[in-house]
Amino acid sequence: MNFRVMMTAKGTILALALALLPAPAGAASLPPAGVAACTGCHPASGGDPALPRLGGRSAADIVAAMAAFRSGKRPATVMDRIAKGFSDDEIAAIAAWYAAQR
Amino acid sequence: MRVQKTRREVIRGAAAAAAVPALWPRAVMAQAAPRIVIVGGGFAGGSCARALRAADQKLAITLVESRSIYTAPPLSNGVLGGIRDLATQQFGYDKIAAAGITVAIATATAVDAQARSVTLSTGDKLTYDRLVLAPGIGLRWDALPGYSEAASAQLPHAWTADGAQIALLRRQIEAMEDGGLVAIVAPVNPARCPPGPYERASMIAHELKAKKPRSKVVVLDAKDSFTMQPLFQKAWQEFYPGILEWKSLSSGGNVAAIDVANKTIETDFDNYRFAVANVIPPQKAGRIAVLAGVADRTGWCPVDPVTFESPQQKNIHVIGDAALAGAMPKSAFAGSVEGKLCAAAIVRLLAGEPPAAPKLVSNCYSLVAPGYAISIAGVYHPVDGQYVEVEGSGGTSPLDAPPAFRAEEAKFADAWFRTTTAEIFG
Repeated sequence: MNFRVMMTAKGTILALALALLPAPAGAASLPPAGVAACTGCHPASGGDPALPRLGGRSAADIVAAMAAFRSGKRPATVMDRIAKGFSDDEIAAIAAWYAAQR
Repeated sequence: MRVQKTRREVIRGAAAAAAVPALWPRAVMAQAAPRIVIVGGGFAGGSCARALRAADQKLAITLVESRSIYTAPPLSNGVLGGIRDLATQQFGYDKIAAAGITVAIATATAVDAQARSVTLSTGDKLTYDRLVLAPGIGLRWDALPGYSEAASAQLPHAWTADGAQIALLRRQIEAMEDGGLVAIVAPVNPARCPPGPYERASMIAHELKAKKPRSKVVVLDAKDSFTMQPLFQKAWQEFYPGILEWKSLSSGGNVAAIDVANKTIETDFDNYRFAVANVIPPQKAGRIAVLAGVADRTGWCPVDPVTFESPQQKNIHVIGDAALAGAMPKSAFAGSVEGKLCAAAIVRLLAGEPPAAPKLVSNCYSLVAPGYAISIAGVYHPVDGQYVEVEGSGGTSPLDAPPAFRAEEAKFADAWFRTTTAEIFG
């Protein structure tokens, strides 16, 4: 494969810019396993205005919301059905991860 | 539609990013970056590539995709119903390349599992430490007598990421005279997007009701039941009475022969003379899965539910519609989650750590009418090597939900689509 030899001056600048970013340390930087199921609607940052934003929310808020969805106390369209599939530990890990996002 | 870069431009952008390791300190460079090749740039493969990139800047990631423009199937039935533009379904790979993933617009033609290499239609050979196959479905062209790949130029399937097929079906519906019949041939399970044929029938009925009110839609089904059936049928009664008819397997839906020239479909009981026919054939895993030796006798690919590695070939993972993941439906939502989970498993395997127990969600919205959607959600986890639904979770939207609930789900369908496609292609 000879893609790599096709470097350009512009490419060097991009490469430098990327190299200056903090490099996450492989497995240590992975989100908890449950998060993969959430980010398609609730990304770590940004997201669609039609869907609640979770990145940077307090972990306690997220845990409380999930508990209310699970018990049926909080009316929902789909989160009640999904929340029932997650354990307390999974929800705590997911909530802590979102709380740490900005 | 956005301007698509040529293959050379896409590769050049990717090459710039792939040059990153050259600038790393000597200690890091001492060990070559692990090479991951992903075949298939849809929801599963695209999500996997982006998740790998986010988890580890050092990996050398190559995404192989045969089309330079991806036409996303979810919500594409809205195009057939005249309520969405095809352009909103279409995405290029320039941002993926700019994120530091090498994009090769080419078809993977062979896999050598022993040598750990993938051969491309361009003649390039890519070697890998881990290969991820996300080829989506292949169509069983020989399953319906009279139908073939050549026939799909007249009777579109419109069931893959090929935008031309969706555009063709849309043009045929637009050109049809009032009073005609649109026949939809629905496949046996397992198949991509189980509610898809019924959403499609709904969207076409919406178009006909508004513009060609003497026309009809008939679904000729190889099954006796389908997902969210009570919800669909209730909505059909409300929106499309006398326009949309569903013929189950046992009520004569089974297709015996398709006569392309005479525009006739013969079922076990009747002949249907159609103006437009949308033939969705039975399916199997995409071709490269067979070539790589990861498909089994069913035509689909068994996988380890934690790592998505094939039990048939070491170092090859299968995600998305091609994978047989127990009770998991073949949805774009699930494919995207599988892509992320597979990425995490690969990162852990490369680090010599045990992969984490995954949890998978599938949440599929179906648009029955504008501002009216229904959904089926499921949460899955591995039990004894197979994905099963977590007890007490998931299910469909309520049968008796008020219009505001359906409107909210239609809004969520759109929002999920925008969010996930931005995550992958943005």
